[in-house]
Amino acid sequence: MMWALVLLPLLGAALSWLVPDNRRRVWVLPLFSLAQLGVSAALLVHTPPPSPAGWIWLDPLGKLVLMANSVLFTICSFYAVGYLSYRLKRPNRVLCASLLVCLSATSLVVISQHLGLLWIALEATTLTMAPLIYFNHNARSIEATWKYLLICSVGIAIALLGLFFLAYSTIVAKQEVSLLLPTLIRDAAALHPGWRHAAFIFLLVGFGSKMGLAPLHTWKPDAYGEAPGLVGALLAGGLVNCALLALLRVYQVAAASSEGALFQQVLLTMGLVSMAFAAVFMARQSDFKRMLAYSSVEHVGIIAVALGLGKGALFAGLLHMINNSLTKGVLFLSCGNIHRAFNSKSTLFVRGAIRRTPWSAALFLAAFLAITGSPPFAPFVSEFLIVSSAFGQGNHWTGGLFLLFLALIFIGMASTVLPVVLGEVPQDLERTRYRDAAPTVLPPLVLMGLVLVLGLWIPAPLQDLLREAARLLGGEA
Amino acid sequence: MNSLADQLLVLCLLINFAVLGTSRLAFSVRCVAVQGVLLGTLPALVHPFSWHVSFIVVSIILVKGALIPVLIIRAIKKAEIEREFSPFIGYIPSLVLGALFTSLAFIFAAKLPLSPEHEGLLIVPAAAATLMSGFLVLMGRRKAISQVLGYLLMENGIFLFGLLLADAMPVMVEAGALLDLLVGIFVMGIVINHISREFSSIDTSRLSALREE
Repeated sequence: MMWALVLLPLLGAALSWLVPDNRRRVWVLPLFSLAQLGVSAALLVHTPPPSPAGWIWLDPLGKLVLMANSVLFTICSFYAVGYLSYRLKRPNRVLCASLLVCLSATSLVVISQHLGLLWIALEATTLTMAPLIYFNHNARSIEATWKYLLICSVGIAIALLGLFFLAYSTIVAKQEVSLLLPTLIRDAAALHPGWRHAAFIFLLVGFGSKMGLAPLHTWKPDAYGEAPGLVGALLAGGLVNCALLALLRVYQVAAASSEGALFQQVLLTMGLVSMAFAAVFMARQSDFKRMLAYSSVEHVGIIAVALGLGKGALFAGLLHMINNSLTKGVLFLSCGNIHRAFNSKSTLFVRGAIRRTPWSAALFLAAFLAITGSPPFAPFVSEFLIVSSAFGQGNHWTGGLFLLFLALIFIGMASTVLPVVLGEVPQDLERTRYRDAAPTVLPPLVLMGLVLVLGLWIPAPLQDLLREAARLLGGEA
Repeated sequence: MNSLADQLLVLCLLINFAVLGTSRLAFSVRCVAVQGVLLGTLPALVHPFSWHVSFIVVSIILVKGALIPVLIIRAIKKAEIEREFSPFIGYIPSLVLGALFTSLAFIFAAKLPLSPEHEGLLIVPAAAATLMSGFLVLMGRRKAISQVLGYLLMENGIFLFGLLLADAMPVMVEAGALLDLLVGIFVMGIVINHISREFSSIDTSRLSALREE
């Protein structure tokens, strides 16, 4: 049953490769993502026991990521049908197959309890994303793809070295060599401190660069800016979660050793630095897709701050992970629509989108309000919980800086979003084929609905799951 | 037996210098390929025979010694370039830095808290030196293909360190990591091909359309 998560999308990828027709091939995506969503839901309700060797299991942390990714991917796959019907001239065989292979790799990340296996799956997600970023086949997208490939490959190679160090620390400590998560957590305190310490640093740098924590985020604006909106949504809402999950696994080991506090301190600093970077670069950004990339840097920063604070903030950080996925989905999808309608993503040309694409522009505006933490949307709840937890712990500096950066980012982002949505449409604007239609508007609308609902009410099972997951990270229930 | 392993490791270190000091891309690719084959034979020398080890040895030699070099040579042919011109870090400075890193690696490795059976082995300094050389090539070169070679050198360094844990690394993980590397180089080869078509050169310093205003 667990393997269905990995094998089902692979089957879909093979099928989409075989379908010869551009128009029909696209339907493979929603078909298989719905099947995947069904399997995920079944696994969430009846979780099978760990595999005999302990390599494969769905723990609460994995469940959270699986849930966020499956929902986002399913909605994006329906959007893909609408989006690709505007771009039938461009062959989409590679896109469809890569998307499904990527889904399979992300599922493998979620269920692996062996860090080596997790590493392989994470590297696979990096590679399958490269053709997706390159979908537009122009000079700028090659450049973005090259930077993405090189920086993420080197980052993930560094993470592998970190894993080797961790394994070596078990040898030096005269224990059985292992990269199995439960074993590592059990023996964490007894591992050789020097090697363990080095391992944590390398793993943080490696997974941090994949996640896009500043100052390791340099590939992000290019990749997010040049990839189609659909791919951006999956990168910012789905792949980020996979890298984060890898980091959470390290966090689990660190929390079980004596170095938990130091690890948290580093995460806290990196999180605040990320938010500061985002605040600086988001202001006066003339490309609204690149702006979203900085918003992503900001939100991984927020999650890192929550992890750094620990205790009660862990619950909020995990909740924020889900909120961020859903909201980023709306942002990138609606942004993609506006991009299609104006054939530009520069704020010089794109103004008054609410007149040309009223639905997409309204969704973009609503998602902007949500992602900057305005009530009643879901990110408000998680960000509020993080701030109150910071002040509750007496960490006034963190809480203060957090609020300051949030305010700066709100102003910076508003100065780009408001003119794009509400401004005057330029006179000599070229005509384009795209107008809002149900297939490209309904998917982000559904996501936005989820963001609103989660802001008003968190279902009890989700709350329990979040608590269990936070407990795995050493938080209070 | 172990003295042979040490000699191979010294050869690996020399290959680093060959890559650092040459501008001819085809030669660099061959160097990295030979290094890959050397690395592939090492597990057979330092570990007792088992099917696990022999599988790893064969697949590494095949992938690092044959498949990856073929992919890169093909990319070089398609892009019609032979030499690396005006790198960011010159060849002489590269060699000097390489020598510096190698000696630092030896000093560093002597201080590391290694487990007793690994003390005095050349594996750790060779790994650190190869890793650093890879970094140097990656940062110092302009052409996309040279950067891929730097990445491969880095991978080789990491792999060398992994030799210390060959018993711990399950076959599936080793095979998976190797497959990832192969697919990665394959994808990079395709991207390089597109870069050369789009920019009529594979000079990554020309990739500068995307930057902060």
